[in-house]
Amino acid sequence: MAQELFNKSISELSQLLARGEVSSLELMQSVVARTKAVEDRVRAFNSFDEPDALSQARASDERRAKARAAGTAVHALEGIPIGIKDVISVAGQPLTAASRMLANFVSPYDATVTRKLKAAGAICWGRLNLDEFAMGSSTENSAFGVTSNPWDVERVPGGSSGGSAASVAAGEAIASLGSDTGGSIRQPAALCNIVGLKPSYGRVSRYGLIAFASSLDQIGPFARSVEDAATVLGAISGHDPKDSTSLKMEVPDYNKGIADLAKSGRKWKLGIPKEYFGEGLDPEVGAAVQAAIDEYRKQGCEIREVSLPHTKYAIAAYYIIATAECSSNLARFDGVRYGHRSKDAKDALDLYFKTRAEGFGPEVKRRIILGTYVLSSGYYDAYYLRAQKVRTLIRRDFLEAYKQVDAIVTPTSPTPAFKKGEKAANPLAMYLNDIYTIGVNLAGLPGISIPCGFTGGGLPVGLQVIGQPFKETELLAVARTYEERNDWRMRFPKL
Amino acid sequence: MPKPEDFNLDHVAELARINLTAEEKARFASQLGDVLAYIAQLNEVNVEGVEPTAHAFPVVNVWADDVPEAGLSVEDALRNAPEKRDNMFVVPRVVE
Repeated sequence: MAQELFNKSISELSQLLARGEVSSLELMQSVVARTKAVEDRVRAFNSFDEPDALSQARASDERRAKARAAGTAVHALEGIPIGIKDVISVAGQPLTAASRMLANFVSPYDATVTRKLKAAGAICWGRLNLDEFAMGSSTENSAFGVTSNPWDVERVPGGSSGGSAASVAAGEAIASLGSDTGGSIRQPAALCNIVGLKPSYGRVSRYGLIAFASSLDQIGPFARSVEDAATVLGAISGHDPKDSTSLKMEVPDYNKGIADLAKSGRKWKLGIPKEYFGEGLDPEVGAAVQAAIDEYRKQGCEIREVSLPHTKYAIAAYYIIATAECSSNLARFDGVRYGHRSKDAKDALDLYFKTRAEGFGPEVKRRIILGTYVLSSGYYDAYYLRAQKVRTLIRRDFLEAYKQVDAIVTPTSPTPAFKKGEKAANPLAMYLNDIYTIGVNLAGLPGISIPCGFTGGGLPVGLQVIGQPFKETELLAVARTYEERNDWRMRFPKL
Repeated sequence: MPKPEDFNLDHVAELARINLTAEEKARFASQLGDVLAYIAQLNEVNVEGVEPTAHAFPVVNVWADDVPEAGLSVEDALRNAPEKRDNMFVVPRVVE
C-alpha cells in the first residue's frame, strides 16, 4: 500500500508539492481527516481550527502558483502543516498552557517562531497538549486531558511536549514545535519514535513562548527525520531583537552542512559517559543504545569513554534553578490583566490568593512553592546560589569532555514509555525520569533524540546525541550517520 | 544547607500568594519533603571558589535602537482582561 500523505516526511512532501502531484489543500485535508479518525484515542490537541488551516493551505497553493509563474523558488516548508505546542503564541488562536489559568486566553500576537514559520509558508496547525505550563514528563499534568502514546494508548507519550510528539507519531501533523526546559522535546520524541531537537540556548528566539524557566527554555522541532528537523530548525533560528538572550550568530544552511560533512567522509569521535549507563537504566533501552554505539563504530567512528562526574547532581540543581525561575515567571498570573480571575475575592490581596489557588494545578503549585522557598530570605545562598555553582561544575564537565570528542552519545530516557498513572502520585519519581536530558539544559547545549529501536513489547527507544555549543550542523550530521543505516523511523504505530 | 524540617509550608504559600486547602497542605508537605531530602545531596559537592552560572551564555548590555515602533493596540492589550471599562483594567478597590 502506498504510504499515506499524513505519514510522509517534509522532504518527500515538498517534492510532491513542487511537482504539482499534490496540493497543500489535499495534504491539509489528509492531515485533518487523520486527526479526526484517531484523536479520540490520541488526544494530542487541546484545540484545532479546521477552517483556518484549510484557508492557510489554499493561500499556500496560490503563493506556489504565483511563484511557479514567476519562476521563483519557495521554501521547503511551503504548504506543510506544522503543529504548535499550546505554550507558543499564534495570533488569534487560543493559548492555554494546558492550564485553567489561561483556559480562555487568545494570543494577541505571533511568537517569533510562529512569524518565521508563516514567512516560510508553513501552515500553523492546532494547539498541542502539554503538562501545565510545561511542568512535567508525561503530559498527565494537563488541565484538559491526558495525551496517549500512539504506540500504546495505555501509556504516556512523555512530556512536557507530549501532544507535539504524539501528533507527529500518529500522523496528525507532519512536524511540530515543542519547548525543552529539562528534556521536554527529547524525552517525548524518544518515547514516540520520532526525532526531537533542542537547539543551543540562544539559537531560537523565546519571544511569544510562555516562560517557565527563562535560563533553560528553548523551542525546537519534532519531525520524522533528521533532515526534516534541520529544515524546521533553519526556518525558526536566528537573532531576534525581541529576545535579548537570543544570540547574534549566523544561521547556517543545516542540510547543506550535513551533506557537506557526509561527503567529506569525516569520522566522528564520540564520547560515551559512563555515568549515563548505570543504575536505573532499563536493560532493553541499554541494549538498543549499545547496538547504536556498535553501529557508529562500524561506520568508522572512534568511541571513547568519557566522564561527566557531576551527572548525579543535575536533577537536584535543576529542581532548584527551574522552580526558582518559575516562581518568578508565574508571579504575573494574578488575575488582573489576563487569565482566570476569582469571582469571590474580598480585596486585591485576596484576589491573588484565590485566583492562583483556583487557576493553577497541583504540580504548578508545588513548583511555585519550592521555587519561592529556595529564593526566600535565609535560604537563597544555601539552595539557589549553591545550585548555580553546581550548574557551573556540570557545564565544565561537558566542556572538558569536548576537548576529547565531537559529540556525546547516551540513552534519551532511562525507560520506555510508562503506564498512565504510574508515577502521577510521586513527583520525585517523575523528576528522576529526566536524568539524561537535564544536564544539557543546564549547560545550554544542543541535543537531539532519534529513534534507535524497540523493546520486546513494541515500545520505542530513543538515542540522544549531545553536541557542542552552537554546532547544530555537526550534531545533526552525527545523528544522520546513524539514522541512514536503519529504518526505525519508517515504522508507524497501528491506531 | 537547611534541614528539610525547616520548611514552613504555610509561610512559603503566603509568600507565593497561593491559598492551599488542608488536603493540599498535607500532600504537598510530604511530597516536597521528599524533594528537599533529595536536593540535600548538593551538600556533598565542593563548590569552594566556583563561580555561579545564571545563564550558559551570558550576554550583557543588549540595547535596541531608539526608534519608536507600533506596540499592542489598546484593544489587543485589553482583549484578555477579566474585567475592563473605558480602556482600563478594572480591579478590586486597593485604597480606602
